[in-house]
Amino acid sequence: MLGDEAIAQAAIDAGVSGVYAYPGTPSTEIMEYVQVSDQAKELQIRSLWSANEKTAMETALGMSYAGKRAMVCMKHVGLNVAADAFINSAITGANGGLVVIAADDPSMHSSQNEQDSRFYGKFALLPILEPGNQQEAYDMTYYAFNLSEQLRLPVLLRITTRLAHSRSGVEVKPLRAQNTLQLPGNLRQYVLLPAIARKQYKALLGKQDAMEIEAEQSGFNQYFEGENKRMGLVVCGLAYNYVMENYPDRKCPYPIFKIGQYPVPRQMMNRLYEECDSILVLEDGYPIVEELLRGMLDKGKLIRGRMDGALPRDGELNPNLVASALGLPVSVGNPIPGIVRNRPPKLCDGCGHTDAFLALNEAMKKYGKGRVFSDIGCYTLSALPPLESINSCVDMGASITMAVGAADAGLIPAVATIGDSTFTHSGMTSLLDAINNKAPITVLILDNSTTGMTGGQTSSAFGKIEDICKGLGVEEEHLHIIRPLRRYHDENVEIIKKELEYHGVSVIIPRRECIQTLNRRMRQKASARKLAKS
Amino acid sequence: MKKDIILAGVGGQGILSIAACIGLAALAENLFLKQAEVHGMSQRGGAVQSHLRIASDPIASDLIPEGKADLIISVEPMESLRYLPMLHRNGWIISSMNPFVNIPDYPQVEVVLDEIWKQNRYITLDADAIAKECGSVKSANIVVLGAASPFLDLKYETLQNAVMQLFASKGDDIVELNLKALQAGKEYALKHS
Repeated sequence: MLGDEAIAQAAIDAGVSGVYAYPGTPSTEIMEYVQVSDQAKELQIRSLWSANEKTAMETALGMSYAGKRAMVCMKHVGLNVAADAFINSAITGANGGLVVIAADDPSMHSSQNEQDSRFYGKFALLPILEPGNQQEAYDMTYYAFNLSEQLRLPVLLRITTRLAHSRSGVEVKPLRAQNTLQLPGNLRQYVLLPAIARKQYKALLGKQDAMEIEAEQSGFNQYFEGENKRMGLVVCGLAYNYVMENYPDRKCPYPIFKIGQYPVPRQMMNRLYEECDSILVLEDGYPIVEELLRGMLDKGKLIRGRMDGALPRDGELNPNLVASALGLPVSVGNPIPGIVRNRPPKLCDGCGHTDAFLALNEAMKKYGKGRVFSDIGCYTLSALPPLESINSCVDMGASITMAVGAADAGLIPAVATIGDSTFTHSGMTSLLDAINNKAPITVLILDNSTTGMTGGQTSSAFGKIEDICKGLGVEEEHLHIIRPLRRYHDENVEIIKKELEYHGVSVIIPRRECIQTLNRRMRQKASARKLAKS
Repeated sequence: MKKDIILAGVGGQGILSIAACIGLAALAENLFLKQAEVHGMSQRGGAVQSHLRIASDPIASDLIPEGKADLIISVEPMESLRYLPMLHRNGWIISSMNPFVNIPDYPQVEVVLDEIWKQNRYITLDADAIAKECGSVKSANIVVLGAASPFLDLKYETLQNAVMQLFASKGDDIVELNLKALQAGKEYALKHS
């Protein structure tokens, strides 16, 4: 199983009643697994995509309020979107077990930053689990529901791309029954009026010691003896595997404190600190544990890690980086020959986005470069040659509002390009701002009728975009649907040109199904036909 | 037994099918397995790779250490070179000779092949032509898998079973085609290694 799949199966086995998510690499496969699982269907586990991570988090919180177990899954930057709900869910607490999965992407394989979700867990004052392999991903998810119900708090489980998208065998546990409907004992627990929130916050603070004791006793934080006390290793999550990879007999000479659950138990850390002359901290993501250990003044024992250059400050760890931090010889292969060229990802052949941007490029010629704000999706690839159409990609929905701001500053016309799924994720409120501002911007909602970049999940926008735009106040004469096909190129250019001249909000919807989902549908149809024949 | 394998290609060329076959075969032989895949944005026509590790003892890291891979199995010649730093000095490159040209500055294919032929141990094959002979160019990835099969320390029958399992849902014709492709790749490798 992929790490993602292990998490999904563990939730099913732990008696989850609903899984909520918005697709985002590397977390997407968790929900996809639940959606195709026959077992989940039989158990009637609710598993439809949400409009965004915040709505997903809130829906899961509602299910937990009603006494049932819920899980919500997102990529790390999705937790920014869900942060309001997430941080406050620590104050309300949980009724039914509530587990939040955040999938970080160190090395930015498919993301715009490499933020570390453990910060969010600490910020919210919640327990965090960090599995180091697929089996732990399963075991910790299963355990997280118990922990949540025991502490009456949401639990954050943090994984990274490497674990999410790596496969290994996993042993499963017995299926638990789902909870029955049961209201919280205190019906005011979720009413975060200041007077109640103050009480709830004190209760959360009061649980911190219990959280630390639990982290010491759960078995997910382990202490391994080592003879050589010149160095002690603090190893979080996956980094443990990279240490062991460097000792083929699996015998590391140094004592190891392996961290899989936070808050870090101080007693265990203290033991390592007292026993060893120096400490090496190995963690994927930000140097969170290292920073805690150094403190502001860093006047204690020698501590090494990402902050002193023993390891790079950015990017994911790997066996070789860990080998050199351990002072072991590093193996090298032959260098990459000079003739090897980069092969960056690009829009698929036959993609509708290409035709939409070719039309936009031509319509924009008279205004020059630097006016097109864009968003997050496959179409972000239009920043690269040959199209080189767009000038921004920041966060979900930012294209429209950045265009409004730039137009306010006098950049007229300003253009926003945003995908259909991104539009309903976080673009609708941006468009409302634009309309209320009477901003002179032209918005292209690139409608491929799916969530393309993550592999073609159902888009919440499907069949609704024009009505949403009209409802928000887009004038009908400035709302156009065009077919992004080469044969309509001239016609499309004219429409865009005309709207660029309009001093108000225009919305143009280039609509053509994603070539990937179209091909998949055709293949399925063909094989269904074949089956029917035989 | 321990085999560390880098699978290489371009998004959409079917390296995950190769990985799935080796994975199924390894499980059938009760071996441990770890496989790190690439999903998401880089799948769109970009360079993709997968780290596949099979062993009779538990495996620690999902990633193969640099300079330690036993095999690079590539469905595209230039992509096989991209991962040379991962390959052990005595490791083998098994690569298709058929370039996938989707960038403007793709080098002359002869130059690419020359670079492969400078390496210690390699098998390069016209996987497209062999696949076509078997019935469809679409099975070129399985031809390459066949060429790698003598180096995997897996029983050929378990690989055959894995191919059958993987393609079963696509009908008997497709299963037959891929079994033929596997066999043709294997025969080529045995003749040329």
